[in-house]
Amino acid sequence: MAIATTPEFKTITINMGPQHPSTHGVLRLVIELDGENVVSIKPVIGYLHTGMEKSMESKTYHKSITVTDRMDYLSPLGNNMAYVAAVEKLMNLTIPERAQVIRVILLELTRISSHLVWLGTHAIDLGAMSVFLYCFREREKLLDVNDMVAGSRLTPSYFRVGGFFQDVPDAFVPHVRKFLAEFPKALGEYQSLLTKNRIWMKRTIGVGVLSAEQAIDLCLTGPSLRGSGVKYDVRKAKPYSGYETYDFEVPIGKNGDVYDRYLCRIEEMKQSLSIVRQGLDRLKPGSVRADNPYLFPADRTDVKLNMEELIYHFKIMSEGYRPPPGDAYFSVESPKGELGFYVVSDGSPIPLRTRVRPPSLINLQALSEMCVGRMVADVVACIGSIDIVLGEVDR
Amino acid sequence: MGLEELVPDGILTTTVEKMVNWARRSSLWPATFGLACCAIEMMATSAARYDLARFGAEVFRASPRQADLMIVAGRVSKKMAPVLKRIYDQMPEPKWVISMGACASCGGIFNNYAIVQGVDTVVPVDVYVPGCPPRPEALIYGIMKLQEKIDRAPLKGPDPAPMSEPPPPPSKASSASA
Repeated sequence: MAIATTPEFKTITINMGPQHPSTHGVLRLVIELDGENVVSIKPVIGYLHTGMEKSMESKTYHKSITVTDRMDYLSPLGNNMAYVAAVEKLMNLTIPERAQVIRVILLELTRISSHLVWLGTHAIDLGAMSVFLYCFREREKLLDVNDMVAGSRLTPSYFRVGGFFQDVPDAFVPHVRKFLAEFPKALGEYQSLLTKNRIWMKRTIGVGVLSAEQAIDLCLTGPSLRGSGVKYDVRKAKPYSGYETYDFEVPIGKNGDVYDRYLCRIEEMKQSLSIVRQGLDRLKPGSVRADNPYLFPADRTDVKLNMEELIYHFKIMSEGYRPPPGDAYFSVESPKGELGFYVVSDGSPIPLRTRVRPPSLINLQALSEMCVGRMVADVVACIGSIDIVLGEVDR
Repeated sequence: MGLEELVPDGILTTTVEKMVNWARRSSLWPATFGLACCAIEMMATSAARYDLARFGAEVFRASPRQADLMIVAGRVSKKMAPVLKRIYDQMPEPKWVISMGACASCGGIFNNYAIVQGVDTVVPVDVYVPGCPPRPEALIYGIMKLQEKIDRAPLKGPDPAPMSEPPPPPSKASSASA
């Protein structure tokens, strides 16, 4: 609903970004204002365009995993999962049970850590500085998990086509259990700071309302869709990595405003905790590698003693693996929404084409619907509530 | 300590240069210039566990006109480079640049059509912090190295020698600046 402007008052056009603390990266918004009311809003993207899809066309399947980490850098393992699962689908691989369970645990921990960054920055945008410090306090513990399993905090590249290269260390389970014990209290702290906070409620309730029809029309996914009351979650709709065997709820909102999306994500974190707990309970010893000599090099001793193992080792290290010709699309529920990878193979070790379905880019479309007709201050709340990552929008 | 014997207790003497450098090094105000993944680690550096405030550099300014340190955190695309240059130009002198991470320093893993291969082709860089992304400890170390560099800066004249060269012995430096 555009606001009719009287002829004697002209609207002014302002630039928000690309260097702006509340645009969550290098998003630029061209906002047309009538006084303080938003008449139109146009996102200008591409300031972080990295040419990832093109880069992946010149890297082997294995090397592309590192590129996916840097796309949605708040949930690197979620991107790894979508990519390796697409290649696994192409190669028709069976993943061992233990690897699937560890994947689910790590994916849910990553979801929590991504939501923590969202919560901290969203709160900072609306004036609640302290929430940011608390969120990052908990997030550090999750980054320690990444550090533990892969040796890197932010860009672990831990998932491999066919499982994992290495099993998780012994300290993994106790560390995650400790986190599970501590986190509900911290979550309570965030909620006590925000959920019934009068300023927070005034800034978020009734702001950026999207009806269920609008959200579906705009192809929204993830919490931005569920906040409007649509119960769609890829983990339930198209389960992967054994999600169908876990018991969890998909939280939905009622009004489709910024506050409901906030509540949805908070509830999602609780559900993730429950999934992690179930995963830890069913974690049994076993192999974490798919049984395929083309994917993983053999043990060092075997490589030194057997000619055949040496040849496989050489082939894997020098060339990589060759999925059969064909194409595969695989989507997962990333913290932002449905993240899909489409991989086309021509039978060589390098993909012919890799295409990403980025949830952030598609959710960004909703910004105009949310903001037009409202105050300029609400734009900040709306951007925060759709939780975009510019690395994924621009790729 | 000739002069200090003549003045009352609690008064120290120093050079203007040392005092100015002390003030500059101890309150570096970075511009909020997060680009990509490294920006998240930059936020982590300023947050609870790593607490950049201990080094006087936690006041992230949204306006470049209030900042004197630009931490280029992340990959710089060719579309972003003019914006980056403009923000750098808007910062008041004296100003410093830390290139955080492999992408900002040399393009990192993205050697393609979209990414500027090193932000030093756009703005002068004082300290390069390696890593993809650098850990918060590494960024803090980079800031400490920058503080060392600021300590050596003369009030007038050219910038101090690059970090790769060993700093001159302290006795010579003080006599040269006196």
